[in-house]
Order: sequence, then C-alpha cells, then structure tokens
Amino acid sequence: MINFQNVSKIYYNSSNHSALVDVNFKINPREFVSIVGRSGAGKSTLIKLLIGEEKPSKGRVIFGHYDISEMKPKQLPEMRRHIGVVFQDFKLLPTKTAYENVAFALEVAGRPQREIDDLVEEVLDLVDLADKAENFIHELSGGEKQRVAIARAMVNRPDVIVADEPTGNLDPFNSLGIITLLQQINQLGTTVLLATHNKEIVNQLGRRVILLENGRVMRDVAKGKYSLA
Amino acid sequence: MLTAIHRLIKYGIQTFWRQRLLSIATMVVILLALLVFEGLIISGVIANTAINSIQDKIDISIYFKTATSEDEMLRIKSNLEQMTEVKSVEYVSRDEALESFRERHKGDVTISQAVEELEENPLSASLNIKAGDPSKYSIIANYLNNNVSGDLVEKITYNENQVVIDRLASIIKVSRQVGLLAALFLTIVAILVAFNTILLGIYSNRDEISIMRLVGASNIYVRGPFVVMGVIYGLITAVISIALVTPVVWFAAPYVKLFIPAMDLREYFTSHFFLLVLYQLLFGIGIGVISSFIAIRRYLKV
Repeated sequence: MINFQNVSKIYYNSSNHSALVDVNFKINPREFVSIVGRSGAGKSTLIKLLIGEEKPSKGRVIFGHYDISEMKPKQLPEMRRHIGVVFQDFKLLPTKTAYENVAFALEVAGRPQREIDDLVEEVLDLVDLADKAENFIHELSGGEKQRVAIARAMVNRPDVIVADEPTGNLDPFNSLGIITLLQQINQLGTTVLLATHNKEIVNQLGRRVILLENGRVMRDVAKGKYSLA
Repeated sequence: MLTAIHRLIKYGIQTFWRQRLLSIATMVVILLALLVFEGLIISGVIANTAINSIQDKIDISIYFKTATSEDEMLRIKSNLEQMTEVKSVEYVSRDEALESFRERHKGDVTISQAVEELEENPLSASLNIKAGDPSKYSIIANYLNNNVSGDLVEKITYNENQVVIDRLASIIKVSRQVGLLAALFLTIVAILVAFNTILLGIYSNRDEISIMRLVGASNIYVRGPFVVMGVIYGLITAVISIALVTPVVWFAAPYVKLFIPAMDLREYFTSHFFLLVLYQLLFGIGIGVISSFIAIRRYLKV
C-alpha cells in the first residue's frame, strides 16, 4: 500500500544535509507501524515525503496507485483526502470551531452537507468531544486539540492515518488516550503510521517498528521494541 | 459547483467576521486609498473645468477696415473654418458691433449721445476665432498675416496679445500634465499601500493556508475565502467612502463655485453619482481581489 523505493532526501543548503538515505520499506493495509528514532533521524522528512509536502531527491514514494514523487501541486489535494495526517502541533484552523475544523476536510472534498453533519457528529462522538463541538480551538486543552485533529484525519475514512509525534506536546495521560484512539482506528481497518520517540508507547504497542538513524533504516522488526541500535 | 461557491462565501464571511480586527485595519487602509482615488477624480473635474473656462476666455479677433465687403469677410470666415486648429469662428457685423456697444454703454449718457451724433457707424466688423488648443493661436495668426491682405484688415488682436496668450497656453498645458502625473502617482501610491496591507493580512494567515492544503483543500478552496473577503472589503469601503464624500461635496460646492463659476459640483456629483459609485466599487473590489489573488500564490506551494 505504501512503498518507499530507494528514497533519499537531501536538503540543498550550505551543508547539503542528507535527511534520508536509501530508504526502502513496504507497508501493507491494516498494519500499525511505528517509525522511531532520535530527533533529526528523518522521521518527519519521511512523513513529509509521504504527504507530498516535500519531494524526494532520489527514489520513488508510492501510495496506493499514486506515485507521490511524481505528483504536481495541483494533483496533491485529491491524494491527500486518502491520507489523514495528525501533527505534533495539531495544525488546526484557529478561526474555526472544533466542528468546523473536522467538517472542513469533508467540505473541501465536496461532500453534501447532510452527509457532513452525520459524519462529523459520529467522529466527534468517537473522540469523545461531542460536547465541545462549538468551541474554538483556543478554548480546548492540548489533549482535546489532538483529538480534534484525529477526528479530522479520520473523518474522510482515509486508507491510512499518519501521525507525526502526535503525543509530543501531551502529558502521559493524554498521550495514552491518543494512542488508544489510534489503535481503535487501526482495529476498524485503517492503516496507521506513527512517528514517535516515545519509548513506552512503542513498547506497549508491540507492533512493527522501523528504526531510523541518520536518515537510514537501521532495523525493521515485525514485533519490535524501542531500542536505539 | 454551487455547493463549493456557497461554502467559499460562507468561509469568507466567517473569516471576515472572526478576524474583525484585521478586517477593520485592512478596510481603513483601503478606505483611505479610495478617498484619495475619489478625491483625484473630483479635483480632476474641478481643475479641468477651471482650465477650460480660462481657455475659453482666450480668442483672437480680426477687425476689418470699414471698406471691406461682407462677402470678403465671410469668405475668410469659411476659409478659417476649414483649418483643423480652429474650433469656432464668429462673425460680428458692423451693425451688431454697434448694437452691443450701445448695449454696453446704455447708462452712460455722454457716450450714447456721441454715438447718436455720428452720421456713420464708426465700428469695424470682426471675426472672433477660438482654437481647440490654445497653443495653436500662433498658427492661426500666421495664417491670417500671410493670407489675408493687409488692405482689408484694421488689426489682428493676436499681434498685440501674443505674449500673454502664449504664456497662458503653456501654463494650461503644464497644469494639465502636472495634474495627470500627480494623479497617476497618487493612484499608484494608494494601490500599493492597499495591496501591502492585504498582503500582510494574508501573511498572518499563511499557517492556515498551508493547513488547508495539507487537509486536502484544492487551491480554489484556499483562495476563495480570501477573494470573497476582498470583495467584502471593496463593497463596505466603497459605501463608506461615498457616504463620507457626499456631505463634503455638498458643503464645499458653493465655495468652489465662488472660484470657478462654471463648476457646479453638486450638479456634477448628482449626475455622475452612479458612475462614481461604480468606480469606487471597481477600485475597491479590484484591489481586494487582485491583491488577495497575488498574495496567496506563494503560500499555495505546499
């Protein structure tokens, strides 16, 4: 479903920093994959390549029938509706309410209003925020914001949910809630790709772990634990 | 498509209202630009009327000797009318000249009596010539000097007033050019200031723009609300600007008329009201929409 083929990413600047070097891996439908590594190991770059925010310097990034490495900016929106993304800094729209933030993902996809109302209500219920639907983002706590972000990521019924350090700004209690939510989503049949450096979370999951170090894949284990090589 | 338009308008109005402080700040600047723009239009009209009324006062006359036949004079008149430089030629016969002389000095008994005592009409017939462009009088005067026999002509006024006419002509020409340049400069300044304000407004929304892109919004969905906001800015500021200018014009009109009798500002304002509103709308909405359109471009690359 997701396929990184010999992917390298070099940021051309004064130091010509190589963020990813010859990365190869495949992710199958319904998998729950953690990508771990220190800060600067290349986790975020990998996710940026997957959602087309950056282009690889070498190699191909395939998602379903999309060759993301070849896509033009105009073609990206349609592809992105099949990937739900959750960011460390939430990336919610501050001038919209929780409800509107979630609905936005459906509105831009051109869904009819009645369908949107039903779906948004359903996912807000799922993330336990039905009573905060009309609150603006700045009126929510960090954990609540991240749950809105997850609701937005899943409301389109995407094939895959990508979470980039979703617990990075949260306390252990809220982190646990977010991970549990991602597990539930995975159980419903959605592929989940989780980038994190939170050891406890990875160990507790007991699912596939890809370890990145200095832009290279150092280990790829089916039932892995978090350990730096 | 209809759903999309409906949603874009909804987002636009929503963002406009939820970022009211930014909206007001932007609109104040656009309003100032609009006032400058409208001020330029109105002062342009006033200046034009003033210059025209001065220009209208300039003419040259050719006075004929009393012996010159009327046919001769009418022939010269029609020759003059053939010239492209000439706007109009008016023939004043000796009788008409006497009539207007009497009219002018009706109250003055001595002059009236003196005229009555004369057996013959002492006044000359004349042609009053007006040029479309005041700098062309020298050409007309030249033509008269070269083509009309001195035996027929008593005098040509241009030969006496040449310096004054030429100086006035060049003053008129320079005022028009300076006015045009000043208007152009101020318009550009107004447009740039408004443009930059909208640019900053969108800059402060750059994170939201990239979020929209990351959530899968196509460019239309990202751009649309800002363009709608541009339209709202234009609409509101145009209405406010007209509302501010109308009483000013009403109040100032009598004073303007004092200086330039030919300028009826109220009449101009009422008869051109809808045109002025239209200009304002076009200017306001144009600035709003075009600058949003350009400003967002660079944030759409995500």
